Formats: sequence, structure tokens, C-alpha cells
Amino acid sequence: MGNFPILTAVTFLPLAGALLIMLVQAATGSNGQDEETRGRQSLMAGLIFSAATFVASLVMLASFEVDAPGYQLVEQVSWFAGIQYKLGIDGMSLLLILLTTLLTPISLIASYGTVKHRLTEYTIAFLVLETFMIGVFCAMDLVLFYVFFEAGLIPMFIIIGVWGGADRIYASFKFFLYTLLGSLFMLAAIVFMYLQAGTSDIMVLETYAFAPEVQTWLWLAFFASFAVKLPMWPVHTWLPDAHVQAPTAGSVILAGVLLKMGGYGFLRFSLPMFPDASEFFQPMMFALSVIAIVYASLVAFRQTDMKKLIAYSSVAHMGFVTLGIFSFTEVGVQGAIFQMISHGLISGALFLIVGMVYDRVHTREIAAYGGLVNKMPIYAAIFMLFTMANVGLPGTSGFVGEILTMTGAFQASTWAAAGAALGVIFSAVYMLTLYRRTVFGPVTNPALENITDVGKKDLVTIVPLIIGTILLGVTPNLVFDITRESSLRALQMITGG
Amino acid sequence: MLDFQAMISAIGPELLLALAGLAGVLAGAYMGDRFNGLSFKLGAATLLLAALVVIMNWEGGEAFGGLVTTGPFVNFAKCISFVAGAVTLLMAEGFLKRHETIRYEYPLLVIFASLGMGIILSASNLMTLYMGIETLSLSSYVLASFHRDSIRSSEAGLKYFVLGALASGILLYGISLVYGFTGSVDYGDIASSERTIGLVFGMVLMISGMAFKVSAAPMHVWTPDVYEGAPSPVVAFFATAPKMASMVVFANLLFTAFSGVFEDWQMIIGIIATLSMLIGAFGALIQTNLKRLLGYSSIANMGYALVAVAAGAEYGAAALLVFMTTYVIASIGLFGGVLSMRREGGMVESIDELAGLVRRRTGLAIALTILVISVAGFPLAVGFIGKLVVFQAGWNAGLLPLLIVLVLSSVIAFGYYLRIILVMWVKEPAERFQPVGATVALSVYAAAAACLVLFVFVSPFIDWATQASAGFIQ
Repeated sequence: MGNFPILTAVTFLPLAGALLIMLVQAATGSNGQDEETRGRQSLMAGLIFSAATFVASLVMLASFEVDAPGYQLVEQVSWFAGIQYKLGIDGMSLLLILLTTLLTPISLIASYGTVKHRLTEYTIAFLVLETFMIGVFCAMDLVLFYVFFEAGLIPMFIIIGVWGGADRIYASFKFFLYTLLGSLFMLAAIVFMYLQAGTSDIMVLETYAFAPEVQTWLWLAFFASFAVKLPMWPVHTWLPDAHVQAPTAGSVILAGVLLKMGGYGFLRFSLPMFPDASEFFQPMMFALSVIAIVYASLVAFRQTDMKKLIAYSSVAHMGFVTLGIFSFTEVGVQGAIFQMISHGLISGALFLIVGMVYDRVHTREIAAYGGLVNKMPIYAAIFMLFTMANVGLPGTSGFVGEILTMTGAFQASTWAAAGAALGVIFSAVYMLTLYRRTVFGPVTNPALENITDVGKKDLVTIVPLIIGTILLGVTPNLVFDITRESSLRALQMITGG
Repeated sequence: MLDFQAMISAIGPELLLALAGLAGVLAGAYMGDRFNGLSFKLGAATLLLAALVVIMNWEGGEAFGGLVTTGPFVNFAKCISFVAGAVTLLMAEGFLKRHETIRYEYPLLVIFASLGMGIILSASNLMTLYMGIETLSLSSYVLASFHRDSIRSSEAGLKYFVLGALASGILLYGISLVYGFTGSVDYGDIASSERTIGLVFGMVLMISGMAFKVSAAPMHVWTPDVYEGAPSPVVAFFATAPKMASMVVFANLLFTAFSGVFEDWQMIIGIIATLSMLIGAFGALIQTNLKRLLGYSSIANMGYALVAVAAGAEYGAAALLVFMTTYVIASIGLFGGVLSMRREGGMVESIDELAGLVRRRTGLAIALTILVISVAGFPLAVGFIGKLVVFQAGWNAGLLPLLIVLVLSSVIAFGYYLRIILVMWVKEPAERFQPVGATVALSVYAAAAACLVLFVFVSPFIDWATQASAGFIQ
């Protein structure tokens, strides 16, 4: 590879697509076609751009050297006052970017035919969001990271607020203000770090030693932001609302990518930059993680809305991520990264699965379903696969993530691991209950009599996720080889390596 | 001959404006109504030319034996103010034409107001300062009541005049006290005289008078009323050019004349800033009229700017220029938005009238969204960087309590900024706006584009501001 700025290309390709769509739509404003046709054209164009982004990210994968330590493909331009436009990736960010570029075209395909009004704006919002999500994962400057991190709120706010369900305004406001409040603490910490260390370069700050008492405050400020984003108990309450109100594609992106920013943040900033504080807060993080796993699982069991159930299940699964990260063991951190990728695929798939029946029956009430296996055998099989993956069945990627994070946690605290194991059992309870009540039994709801099985479009969206889930479940080393360097670097300040 | 040249480099722009204004009066007298349409273009051209003259004499100079001293710091503000004046003047033309109040007096008043701005920015003597302030204020009072057949406009003008006259009186009283206790009205002499209680007292009164001009709390009460009542293009002008000029004059006065009593005014400015940020943020939350909301928003933004002032000359000067410029750019665009809100039967001003704008005028809605994001200080637009440098200035000066208020009031302010975005994007579309001409739309788009472009290529802009403030750094 020469000096081609591949990261910039991957990051801004979707934005370029959004601008192009905007311009073309504005230029052809009055050529007589109705809004829906034009919207569909925009969606197709958006799909092409997001697919091209995926291809570009594969090029990025190809030029990535797995065994090389440190950050790769670094690009750097001075921005202002010592703050830089600096991009770079390591194994962890590489995989999260791939996850993003995979899920965005899938979301757009899933929206085809289901989102009916204002498709042009819808497509633009998703493309803009994709740029910001990729930017978050490859920003190598704290201020730049903050910009991407915050900017992503606006398209998501609009996606929930415009194309959401009945309570969308409340949900979008809650989502925005919760995240914003957390982020402002982080901004204060970022400005402080910049003034104290004289740089906002992440690579430099990773080795900068802040005084222990300062670390505590900085850690808490970052924690405020990431805990909301992840989300951790007790600041998770925005998530079920946002998920229930968001359109299917919005939920896929929210659960698949946005939640991962929290885990990414802990690994990228909290551990290497504030090692003393991280060790100090380990018991608290373990406690919060276990509470999240057990509490969210129990709450999930009581839900009557399918999306809400999966949302709470996400809270529980993200608990495993924090558990693994704060075990400070290589196996735990590797497991946490793996769990993030795996959960991105599985929860994305589950929201798609809910979306498929919602599009047909227009309700998410579990009680309205039952006996789907009689009418939709392929659907039932796919649902079964992802139910099992979410529970953590060996052979699926869910298993690997959970077992590794628990192994890591076990080395640090037996009790935490025991508590988390309880969560695994609970997850089987609520997922299997959901599956039984929707798929098995007699068909009681007359609305289900004429329901059709999954179509081509549904298969196109779900098959890549099936492949990913199984592939990672069978050969997890694909991920571990790539993320090993990242995990070791996240830990090196703590283990004194 | 040499002397003449030094004078030109100090007061060239003001000279130009004064002559152009007088020529305009004559032309109006001879041509009558035929001059109305032309006067707007000529006025804007004059203002742009004045900005050009400022840039050509960037290093400034001294004139009239020290009554007038210019330098890069004030020239920066002059430049932005004149350009803002020109843009708002062009935006006003269509509006006034539709309301059948297009008269050549309007651009002349804007030019005289700009002349006042130029004078106060050049002032290095309290008498010059007062003269300039009166030139600016008297033109502004007339502009506020420019719709003389409208009760609201007349009321706004009268309110502004009565309160403004009071503030001028307070300012003048402060000046007389300062003169009495220091024996001089020259900035440099005042700075080098020793601290006496009379000097501090006079300074406090002067700060009160200046706080009125920049609409900082607790002297802000006129702002929402005048913003609501005065004709929209006039408000667009008030919110941009005079704000920039007055704020920089305020800072210049404190940084130079009162540099000897820094500790005394730092606390007062801190309190004013805190009050402005909180009153602006909370006051705007309950507004339904967009112009009133922007009035409160400007109070809050003046509070942020005052944080940079409170940080002192060394840390705050450059930050103030950067922040005020970002604010002026966003304000021009937002008032362009206000000017676009025309329905059958007249202008509308309620926030709810923007409902579903994205479906009716997608481009306008996106531009307004960017502008709101910028003025809210959210990343993605240059307003974020403006707030960041203010934050940095406050941090360097150790003003932690102020910064906490700044962050909290920003969060509160998101509440109402977000509501504007939400109304435009989510609500069911209202009736389509009537077209208001290309100038307004162009200004909105240009301002939004500037917010984005400056965000990405902000470095030269910050360097420019830093270089302009270099004189304050010891």
C-alpha cells in the first residue's frame, strides 16, 4: 500500500454518498416522479455506497498486518491548536469497523419496503451515521474521537424521532439527553487531559502517567459517558425505550454498533490511560456488571414486548463485556472484544427477526404470536439458531464470548464469575420462553393465518449474520489473532508489562 | 503628508463610512424614492469596502493625539462587524420591499450605526468611546422603530430608547467618576493611575452601561422585547454586528483602560457571565416565539463570551474573537431562517410554524439544523470550537466555577435547541412558506456552509485571531 489514505476513504465514503444523494435529489427536484419512487432510488444509491464502504473496509482488512504491534495505517493532519486529525486502527477497531460496515448495508436492505415515507432522508441519516460510527473507532485524537462520538447522536436522534413508533419523541429525547449528559463529563475530562499533557494524541496519552488522584476523577468522567452508552445498570433505562420506538434498522445499528462504543471506550481509554483508577474501581465494575447481568435477565423474562425483551438481553450481554474487560486478564479482555463482535451479529439478527414478523403482523406483543412454526418453518429455524446463539450454545459465537469473559472474571473474582454464570442460565430461561411462546403451540391469532414465510429480502439480510455467527463460533481464532495485540496493549499499563 | 497617512490608517474606514453616509443623505434628498432600491446595494458595497480598508490598514495606528488608536484586535472585530452589517442589509431589502417600508433611510442608518461601531472600536479615550456609543445607539433606536405604523415596532423602539438612554446615563456617570478620580479620560493614563475606590466605583458603573449594550444579565431585560417587536431584518442586524463590536469594545476597555484593576472587574464579569448564561438558558426554555427565543439565546451566548473576557487579556482575547465570530456567523444564518418564515398574509414567528420544514424545504431545514447545532456548541460545526476555546481560556485562568455553569447551561440550552430541530424534522408539515428571494436563502446556506467549512479548516482562523490578539500577551 502506498500512501493512499484508506481510513479516511472508508470513514467518509458514506458521507460522500449522502451528499451525492442530497444533491441529485435537489437537482432533480421536479421531474414528476412521486416521492416514493424517488425515495426507493435514494435507498438503492445508499445501499450501493454502504456496500462500497464494506468493500473498502475489506481492502483495509487486507492491508492490515496481523502480527505487527501498535497502530497501523496511521494518517495525520494538523487540525487546530495542537489537536490533530489523526486516524489509525488496531485489531479491535478493525473488527468493530468491519461490523459497522457490514451492519449498515444490512439495515438498509431491511428497510426496503418497510419504511415507506421520506426514504431519501432516511438513507441520508443512515449514511451520515455510518461515517460517524466508523470515525469513532479509528479516531486517534481525543477531540476528534469526541466529535465523532457526539455527532453520531444527531442522526440517531432523527432516525428514532422521525421513523420511530408512537412514543418516538419521548424516546429520542431520552436517548439524546442521557447520552449527552454523560458525554459532557467526558468532554471536561478530555479538555483537562489536553491541557495537562499538552496533547490530545491518543497514542501519546496511552503512555502518559496521570497522577493517581487525578486518574480517579478522569476515570469517573469517562465512565459517566461509557456507562450510559454501553449501557450499564443503573443508567440503562434509555435503551429499552429507544429500542422499542426505533425502526428495525435503527435497533440493529443501535444494538449492533452504538453500544459497542462504550466497551471500546473502556478498552481504549480507561484501562491504558488510567490504570490505577481502573484497578481501584474493579470491585465496583464487577458489582455493576453482575447486577446488570442478573437484573436485566430477570427483567427481560417479564417483558411482553419482543423488542424490549431483546433490549434487556443486550444490557445483560454487555455486562459480560465489562466483566471481561475489568478482569484485567488477557483471556477476559479477548473474550470481551469477542463478545462485542458476537453480540453485534446476534442482537442485530434478533432485531431483524422481530422486524420480520412485525412487518407482517404489526405488533411486537409476544402474546399476539404463537404457532409460527406451522406457518413459517424457515423463519422458525433461523429464530432457533439465534435464540441458541444468544443463550450461548457451543458452536455459536455467543458461547465463546461468554465462556472467555467468565474465565477471565473467575481468575479475578470467583463470586463475580458465579453471579455471571447465573445470568447464563437466566438467558436460557427468557430466550427459550420467548421462542416457545412465539413459535410453538397452536395458531391462536387469526392475523397469523395468512402469514408468509421469510422472503428473499429477509434472507439476504440474515444470511451474512448466520454465517458470521457460526464461523466465529467454530473458529474463534480468526478474531483472537487479530485482537491479541490490542488486548495486550490495553493491559500493559495495568500488569506492568 | 506622513501625518495624513498615519491618520488614514487609523480612521480610514470611519472616514469612508461618514462620507458615504453624508453622500447618501444628499443623494436621498435629491433623488427621493428613486434612491430607495439602489441605496441598499450601495450601502452594502460601502460596508464591504470599509471592511477592505480595515484589512489594508491591519496594523492600525494613532490619530488625533491619542483620541483614536487602532490595532489588529479591534480591526478583527471591525472587519466581522462590517461584513455582518453588509449581509444583514442585503437580507433586509426584500423584507422591507414586501412590507412597503423600503426607504433609503434604512441603509443610511445602518451605515451610521456601523460608523458608531468603528468609532467605539477605535476609541482609546473615554470621550471617543461615548461619542461612538451614542452614534451607534441613536441609529439603533430609530432602526428598532423603523416600522412606524406597527405598534410592536414603535413599542420596541421606545423601550429600547428609554432603557438605552438610562444605560448611557449610567455609563456617562461612570466616565465622569473615572475622570474625576484619575484626572484623565485616556485609556493609557487610566491604566497607569493608582487604584482608588472612586475609580473602581466608576468602573462598575461603566460595566453596567456596557452590559446593557451587549445585553448581558442583569441589564438584559430589553433584549427579548426588542427582538420580538423590532422588524426581523433589524433584529438580524442587532444580533450580529453591534453585538460583535460592543463585546470587543467591552473587552478592549477592560483589558487596556482597567488593566490595573483586573482583580476587581474579573469577579464582576464572572457574576455577570454566570447570570447571563443561566437566565439565557432558562429563559429560552419556555419561549414559543422564535425571535424571543433567539433573544434569550443571545443573552446566554453573551454569557459565554464574557467567560472569555473574565479569563483576562492574555488567555481570553483570542478566544473572545473566535467565539464571537462563530456566534455572528450562526446568528446571520438563523435570522435568515426567521426571515424565510413568510406565509400568506405576512410573517410568522412561532417555532411551531417550522413544523415539518424538512419535507417542504429540505435544503433550508438542513441548513438551519447545522446552524442550530453550531450555536448550541455541538460538535460538527464551528460553534463547538468556539465554546472549546472559551472553555480552554477559562481553564487557563482558573475559573472553574464559571466553567461548571458554562457546561450546565449548555446542557439546558440543548433542550430548546433540540426542540427546534425536532419540530423541523419530526412534526407533521405545516403549510409551505412563501418564497422570500434569493438573498436570504443564499445567506442561510452560506452561513451553514461557513459553519461546516470553518469547523474543518479552523486552524488558519484561530491563528488569525491569535495573531490579532498578540498585543495582549506579555
